Amino acid sequence: MSNPAAAPEIPAVGKPVPEWRQYIRFGWNAVSQSFEGGWKFYVWMILLTAIFLVGANAWAIQVRDGMAATAMSDHVSWGLYIANFTFLVGLAAGGVMMVIPAYLYHDEEMHDIVIVGELLAIASIIMSIMFVVCDLGRPDRFWHMIPGLGKFNFPVSMLTWDVIVLNGYLLINVHICGYLLYKRFRAQKPVAKMYVPAVLLSIVWAISIHTVTAFLYCGLGGRPFWNTALLAPRFLASAFVSGPAFLIVAIQIIRRQTGRMFGEGAIRTLVGIIRITILISLLMVVSEVFVEFYTGGSHTGAAKYLYFGLHGHHELVPWIWSSVAATVIAVILFMQPQVNRRPFILNTACLLAFAGLWIEKGMGMIIPAFVPSTLHEIVEYRPSLTEWKITAGIWALGLMIYTLLIKITINVHSRKLRDASGARTVTPDDAMAMREDSASSVI
Amino acid sequence: MPDPASEKPKTPCSGNCSCAGGNTTPPASANGTTRRAVLKGIGATLGIAAYAKALAPLTELTKQTSMDEFLQKHYKELSKDEIATVLKRLTRETKEQYGADVTINDPKPIDGVKFGYALNLSICNGCRKCAEACHIENNHDRPSHQSYIRVFEMTKGSMDFEKANAHYDHPVPQPDKYYMPVQCQQCEHPPCVDVCPVEATWKEKDGIVVVDYNWCIGCRYCEAACPYHARRFNWQKPQIPAAEINPVQSYLSNRIRPQGVMEKCTFCLHRTRNGRLPACLEACPTGARVFGDLNDPNSEIRWVLENKRVFVLKEELGLKPQFFYFFDE
Repeated sequence: MSNPAAAPEIPAVGKPVPEWRQYIRFGWNAVSQSFEGGWKFYVWMILLTAIFLVGANAWAIQVRDGMAATAMSDHVSWGLYIANFTFLVGLAAGGVMMVIPAYLYHDEEMHDIVIVGELLAIASIIMSIMFVVCDLGRPDRFWHMIPGLGKFNFPVSMLTWDVIVLNGYLLINVHICGYLLYKRFRAQKPVAKMYVPAVLLSIVWAISIHTVTAFLYCGLGGRPFWNTALLAPRFLASAFVSGPAFLIVAIQIIRRQTGRMFGEGAIRTLVGIIRITILISLLMVVSEVFVEFYTGGSHTGAAKYLYFGLHGHHELVPWIWSSVAATVIAVILFMQPQVNRRPFILNTACLLAFAGLWIEKGMGMIIPAFVPSTLHEIVEYRPSLTEWKITAGIWALGLMIYTLLIKITINVHSRKLRDASGARTVTPDDAMAMREDSASSVI
Repeated sequence: MPDPASEKPKTPCSGNCSCAGGNTTPPASANGTTRRAVLKGIGATLGIAAYAKALAPLTELTKQTSMDEFLQKHYKELSKDEIATVLKRLTRETKEQYGADVTINDPKPIDGVKFGYALNLSICNGCRKCAEACHIENNHDRPSHQSYIRVFEMTKGSMDFEKANAHYDHPVPQPDKYYMPVQCQQCEHPPCVDVCPVEATWKEKDGIVVVDYNWCIGCRYCEAACPYHARRFNWQKPQIPAAEINPVQSYLSNRIRPQGVMEKCTFCLHRTRNGRLPACLEACPTGARVFGDLNDPNSEIRWVLENKRVFVLKEELGLKPQFFYFFDE
């Protein structure tokens, strides 16, 4: 609200800066200024950078020396990377659980902080794409997948669908967040037709990214463990637990860092959502387990291996029972009425649900499809140090991106963001909007 | 690694870097700003150095991958001249990297021919000579003993691979066992081809499923999709002593594969498209293997299909393998 008096002077200037250039300048300033912060912020970012660099180094070595640096084999040809990829697509889709209440049910309080979920979608998609790139034997040939330049096996290969929906989802969310923040920065009212259609599209699109990702696996007739119609619904249900669980914790952290109380109602709504989705998710797992074990036969091999071990091979048993324990405890905690009053219970529940589903959808979903192999050989898999380093590195980068995006948002909302000259640009529109703003704040 | 605690160098950085620390002119008033800028500059410099160091192994990779290879088009889009250039380059690279003189050709499918393979389970004795022949013929990685063929020791009275063993190490044949070699089944509807995101693998006119090793991005989706465990990945650069390299090579089959790409059985197309038989067949001491043109009514394979009790693996998946198993009466 610096200087409304400046407003009349602006039209006198001959050449107004075109909107798109202002937008780019805004983007640049927003990003560069998001790197400023207190010592806690620097410690956090440097820690993440360090972890990321360890991962980047491991990846560079993996590219140079070959995927033999991983513990994968011709029998278990996908491992920790694809496991994380699958989980992160879910996390990205989970952000929509803030968008739906905000835009479809006009939950005003949710509407104010819905961007926290949309930014999570952006960070998660970037991470999931990085996991796929790290899984490639020849990342230098990535351009073969670019339509027009390379060869894009669309629509037959489900992987090409995934490329489209993931990048599409990224663009949609970048547009929504970028547009709304820019308008907020300019103190202008966002034009509904510029972003509401994108928001509605993003809801459908969120469902699509996880459905398509499930189709990657469940369409393979040679892998009975994946070849189930329940896979896509199961993916969605678990995504709508892990997404909200992350957001509940994220909102509390942002609240503490900014020292402003907000989002209590939003958290309650998210808890309400998890209470339902976590039960649906659990029900679907139980249903799959029943079909596997009651039917029996050689197709049960993978499930047997996962839950109880097969012919003396038990690698995944501790993983899956940790997941079962974490999920069941999370269910019990979420059902307690205190969960809305006691942050400790709430956060424990969120953490357990998040960890439980990370295992269930990663190590518990990807690996057993390969053990036993299609010709019933048992070759086990335990991620190598390289894989753990790269995984940690990508998560660190994802958290860095999310932190910076949140900081940009806070800067814009608290009107801290400056333009290049150090002052906020003021146009007649702005001045008008600001007058409206101040008027409304008086009321 | 950028270290915030490294506050020792209070002097501005020397200025021979592009960081803010060097070129910031201190505003008269704000000492804090200057120090902040300097620290930031140092941090940024250290950060950039750390990034460069972390990613340094990538630069060593460029020795293996030439610009020509990086920009090479998909096999199907190469003109005759371009293929000739590529083959020349690959020959040169084999010489440079493995020290072997080889000839790499590009035999095309023969018009009207459709290859099929049949295997007599009544007489296969599980000696694994076929797997060994494949290993040598196709220039497989030596340390991993790679081969496109896996031989399973099956329990008599069962077709269930769960009761099979691919790692048997005793005299063969055992009385209560029979043996089932499995390799690429060259499906009529290959799921590996469907799933490939970049069309790096396809079915040729003579029925052979091939891979363009210079186009594959190494995502291994095909390996997940194949129900017969027929595909192999090059987890590292194949190692073969120069003396052991089979010099008769072709682009789509047995040339030495690059690191990080998929490979598979090609029915030895560098042999079979030139009128010879697959290496695994020639190596078989029992005569269990029958190879030929499915379109030729007088071929041996047609006789087998018409007169023996023939079946295909995992028929219920509907992939229509062109590899058949049969029993004698």
